[in-house]
Amino acid sequence: MRRSRYPGLLALSLFLALLPLALPNAYTYDVVVRILINAILVMGLNLLVGFAGQISLGHAGFVGMGAYSTAVLTTHANWHPLPAMAAGAALAGFLALMVARPIFRLKGQYLTMATLGLGIIIAIVIGNESAWTGGPDGMPVSSLSLVGFELSGEKRWYGFMAVLLVFSLWSCQNLMDSPFGRAVRALHGSEVASQVVGVNVGRYKVAVFVLTAMLASVMGSLTAHYVGFLTPGVAGFFHSIELVTMVVVGGMASLYGSIVGAALLTMLPQLLATLEGWETVAFGAILVFTMIFMPRGLVPTLAARFGRTR
Amino acid sequence: MLSEFLQFLFSGVTVGATYALAALGFTLIYNASHVINFAQGEFIMLGGMLTVAGVSAGLPLPVAIALAIAAAAVVGMLVVRFAIQPAKGADVVSLIIITIGVSLVVRGLTQISLGKGTHSFPAFSGSEPLHVLGATLLPQSLWVLGVTAAVVALLGWFFSRTLTGKAILATAYNRLAAQLVGISTNKVLFLSFALSAALGALGGVLVTPITMTSADVGIMLGLKGFVAAVLGGLGNGLGAVVGGLLVGVAEAMAAGYISSAYKDAVPFVMILFLLFFLPRGLFGARVTERV
Repeated sequence: MRRSRYPGLLALSLFLALLPLALPNAYTYDVVVRILINAILVMGLNLLVGFAGQISLGHAGFVGMGAYSTAVLTTHANWHPLPAMAAGAALAGFLALMVARPIFRLKGQYLTMATLGLGIIIAIVIGNESAWTGGPDGMPVSSLSLVGFELSGEKRWYGFMAVLLVFSLWSCQNLMDSPFGRAVRALHGSEVASQVVGVNVGRYKVAVFVLTAMLASVMGSLTAHYVGFLTPGVAGFFHSIELVTMVVVGGMASLYGSIVGAALLTMLPQLLATLEGWETVAFGAILVFTMIFMPRGLVPTLAARFGRTR
Repeated sequence: MLSEFLQFLFSGVTVGATYALAALGFTLIYNASHVINFAQGEFIMLGGMLTVAGVSAGLPLPVAIALAIAAAAVVGMLVVRFAIQPAKGADVVSLIIITIGVSLVVRGLTQISLGKGTHSFPAFSGSEPLHVLGATLLPQSLWVLGVTAAVVALLGWFFSRTLTGKAILATAYNRLAAQLVGISTNKVLFLSFALSAALGALGGVLVTPITMTSADVGIMLGLKGFVAAVLGGLGNGLGAVVGGLLVGVAEAMAAGYISSAYKDAVPFVMILFLLFFLPRGLFGARVTERV
């Protein structure tokens, strides 16, 4: 029997509702909002890496695609933020589909190479098309207003993202418990076995990949509105690595792990701000140590140790 | 017209030789351990940066170069000892992530100890360009090509004529069988990493007088070397060399005739097309394993 997922959701909601009491100023709110954005992003990526067993080294490319779609369409074409966001997601989804269809006919880690290439190409395009994107200097983005309510200031963003996080977690849990999710998890376990019981392996992998790409794009759009200023780094290779690190550290195939991973690694640069230059080393060392000593990630390892194996 | 083409060809082949050395490194490690070593680019960077450090510490250039290559080889073995071996039995995804972590550590430490600046050292035999059919050719390019050719020949001899070389090939072919006939596959693992680190560092040393170096050149060089290795059909030594030259030439041609801003995108467009149409690489067998 699997445990009900509602106690966990309730605990998370309660935590998020009480957290503002412990946040003294706008800076801490800002850090937490970034954590929430990353948490949703990482949960999405975890569907692909943890549940479907396919690693993406170009996920920041999709984030950048959403972010810059929002920025370019609202600034240069005067679009409303919502259709701009949708356009970005559609573009990311379409691109993911085009790349994934031929790749997933093949066995092995070809998606790693393809996403790596795709992500770098997107970053190079963003960096070079200065007329649209401002190039390496970056470009400003207007704030987001939804049905007459302007989303501005860290506190409003906190409320919005907190609700969105709980909703995303609930959706991801639902999705992974649905027949679709079971099929996806099955193919991580054994592709042959899932094929035997009638799972169209290639099609499911494509579906998960497209879904995570679109989610990344939407989160990119939200990041753009929240930060208010974009630079090409958002689509860069290092950002992709950061996202994968968060998945791995938190725990593959663990949605709560994704939240923990995002929280830890988003706070890390803030903690290391005084030790300039050590950030890269710390990220690398954490990756290596986690894979060697806790290959399943923080949350699943701790959960197993305290005897809560589902 | 011809002189322009030749000019692009020269610069493409020169950079391509570096990619070829990096790709050979990828191939060696992949064959010995099935690890796709994303830290390969950092060895290229180490070759250039450590030579710079040695020269600025007052060492003569040849000594600095030898030390840099040896140091890179030692780093390669440290990577095996402290990152690859402890993770024994890990799956491909985990090993890829580990090598990415290693590359971040190496790059970060280099940045901290040697700074973020861009450096270079003098070319081996002057920088007076030679004129060939209207195009100019740097003497350093000849060094790059000559040494790369010599290294490839040496490796060919090593793998076909020496017992150690054959042991590496045997391990690549069938690990268990190699163990059964008494080959220490553990030693082979160390040797492969040391050798491929040295190859990468050598490439970095050779190309630095032309392209300059800094602590963060490793990512791009490594990724392009990886593209070259995949192009040659990951695991195929000769394919890796040809793949490296192809990537270099394609990049230089695109920079010359299309757009220099998009030159860095060329290898990655190549890899996407390759994965779509020839997933086994240009020289791999024409069979695709379907899911």
